[in-house]
Amino acid sequence: MTLAENSLNQINAPIAHSEKEHTPWWEYFTFSTDHKVIGIQYLVTTFFFYLLGGALASLVRAELATPDSDLLPPEWYNSSFTMHGTIMIFLWIVPAVTGGFGNYLVPLMIGARDMAFPTLNAIAFWMIIPGGLLLISSFFVGPASTGWTAYPPLSILTEQHIGQAIWIFSIIILGTSSILAAVNFIVTIWSMRMQGMGLFDMPLFCWAMLATSVLALVATPVLAGALILLAFDLLAGTSFFNPTGGGNPVVYQHLFWFYSHPAVYVMILPVFGIISEVLPPHARKPIFGYKAIAYSSMMICALGLVVWAHHMFTSGTPDWLRVFFMIATLLVAVPTGIKIFSWLATLWGGKLRLESPLLFAIGFISMFVVGGLSGVMLGSVPIDIHVHDTYFVVAHFHYVLFGGSVFGIYAGIYHWFPKMTGRMLNETWGKIHFALTFVGFNLCFFPMHILGLQGMPRRVAQYDPQFAEINLICSIGAFILAISTIPFLVNAVYSWLKGEKAPSNPWKALTLEWTTDSPPIPHNWHGEPPLFTHPYDYGMVDYAKLGQLLADHEASNLFPNH
Amino acid sequence: MEATQITNIAVDSATEHSAHSAHTDLRVFGLLTFLFSEGMLFVGLFTAYLAFRAIAPEWPPEGTEKLEILLPGINTIILVSSSFVIHQADHAIKENQLRAVQLWFLATFIMGAIFIAGQLYEYQHLGFGFTTNIFASTFFVLTGFHGLHVIIGLCLILAVLLRSLKAGHYTSQKHFGIEAASIYWHFVDIIWIILFLILYIL
Repeated sequence: MTLAENSLNQINAPIAHSEKEHTPWWEYFTFSTDHKVIGIQYLVTTFFFYLLGGALASLVRAELATPDSDLLPPEWYNSSFTMHGTIMIFLWIVPAVTGGFGNYLVPLMIGARDMAFPTLNAIAFWMIIPGGLLLISSFFVGPASTGWTAYPPLSILTEQHIGQAIWIFSIIILGTSSILAAVNFIVTIWSMRMQGMGLFDMPLFCWAMLATSVLALVATPVLAGALILLAFDLLAGTSFFNPTGGGNPVVYQHLFWFYSHPAVYVMILPVFGIISEVLPPHARKPIFGYKAIAYSSMMICALGLVVWAHHMFTSGTPDWLRVFFMIATLLVAVPTGIKIFSWLATLWGGKLRLESPLLFAIGFISMFVVGGLSGVMLGSVPIDIHVHDTYFVVAHFHYVLFGGSVFGIYAGIYHWFPKMTGRMLNETWGKIHFALTFVGFNLCFFPMHILGLQGMPRRVAQYDPQFAEINLICSIGAFILAISTIPFLVNAVYSWLKGEKAPSNPWKALTLEWTTDSPPIPHNWHGEPPLFTHPYDYGMVDYAKLGQLLADHEASNLFPNH
Repeated sequence: MEATQITNIAVDSATEHSAHSAHTDLRVFGLLTFLFSEGMLFVGLFTAYLAFRAIAPEWPPEGTEKLEILLPGINTIILVSSSFVIHQADHAIKENQLRAVQLWFLATFIMGAIFIAGQLYEYQHLGFGFTTNIFASTFFVLTGFHGLHVIIGLCLILAVLLRSLKAGHYTSQKHFGIEAASIYWHFVDIIWIILFLILYIL
């Protein structure tokens, strides 16, 4: 870090503001309409669900450590992987990346005081908790056990009628919350940017949130429609998806995947945004290809809506349709590749600061590339038919959802924790957390590629003994992964309470959220947000002059008559 | 390199303190965005209906009589005209004629209520029930969901009527409630037109 860059510290000088300006701790337990409070509420709540989903995954891996079905009763095993998938998708990644990071960051990044509809925002958050508790309540009556996809006729004929019904209603509640949040983001990003900030001046995270919100807005209601029909089949004796009554289960699959494929982009696009924010300040370089990254988010959004039937290559889909969906699916690799290469070019020749945020971001890029490549393989019809419903698929989507989304979420937490809490995370424990996560993750999921290619089917508790050694390796990896959350939790809790105080701009970053206090005051800035540079002008601005401008701006807000 | 210059993209506006407090009313934008999503729910259900119909060997299935078109036809005319009626209220409030707004809203409410009554009458005189066959089930789900939206629209209209009793609640400048209720009513109307076409005419 050069001497000039340190002049950004000028605004870090402690300034005495009145105590009332800080958000009191109890507000985090109330129906607050402050976007920053809601963002943190989302992140903390969903992290509890993450731990629960992780515990269920550990149960699954414990059962699979040996070839025989000897640990859990069969229906418990089915429920465990069903609830694991459901919780991780609907109660962890989707709400954490959109509701959590989106709410906290979007208004701060575009220089707004809050979201467009603060009350609606709070309502959307407070639907997550009843939705989640409802889902958990099904553990007492026999939870859903038909996979997170709930394909009929299995989900109609299931023994766990009540659990399946609870599952449906819970997903509808969570989906509604997601739609309301999407409405808020679209209006906020489109209409609430501060004066002087055009669409192409906003940080790339906001572009990603715009694309994500459009997907959630368009696709989520279609899932709601499918689940309503499924609920009638389950509870009212109709036969929309029941072949014996003239219905058709494949119609459900189409409606389900019309949402659930875009849902994977809902889970990854905001994380792409996080990575675009984390790399430049930690590499001290401008982002490479701003417009290319922004447009590629919108391209993924558009393509993401027309690839859903690649999940159904073995569902009797006609050849011409298979070819269409195969080509569309492979095309997604183009905008994704644009992002990956732009990030690599951003890192290239940078002054890399190899601290936890950048470690997780680089971890994200490398792991996501693995998941992306197996995605291209699965997108082609012949390979998909060969490995459909095997562990190859499990390996693929854990590389994009864990190696991708979760690594990105951690990168985001390490990057913005100082802003959110006003405290620094411990760097040593951060590195330990990264090492354990990286090793555990690859040990757990990489061997699954081999299992899948050798033909081990997914969603089974009992398997051929020839797969025993590789499965044991996977299970050991899973337990390391489970343990890896402990250093993170200890670090987060301890640092939040007693960590080193964070300056307002510890990473010397240029986006607007770093120009206010850590944590920011309820209305984000004392006066107008100081928009003096583009978000990624690293190495392109005179830092001494910028520091002076920011200091003058701060002073003019504190002493308007001076 | 020229890079030593700060790209001063917003210095001018930064001193303008009023820029924030004065942002425009975004509620109409928000409502339209939400209704787009709501529309996608119907798109999903319509698609399911069309798929079931395309797959079925006979539609409606053997033994189920074709739908009667007279009563739903009259109902369609009533609902479509009510959209024009409620639109008059939008004009009236811009000229501050609150009494006219109340009359137009009341008229719309009555027309909507007649629609619901007609729908219930039709339900009672059908030759099939909810679970008779897939044709019957999709019919009830589609019309039922639409009917639910009409009832929500009626509640909104009623809420506007009640609020309009409070002096000064709606003015020519400030009348989001009236605008929102009529936008919602138009939405319900558009969905019905599509529904009528694919369920009764096609």
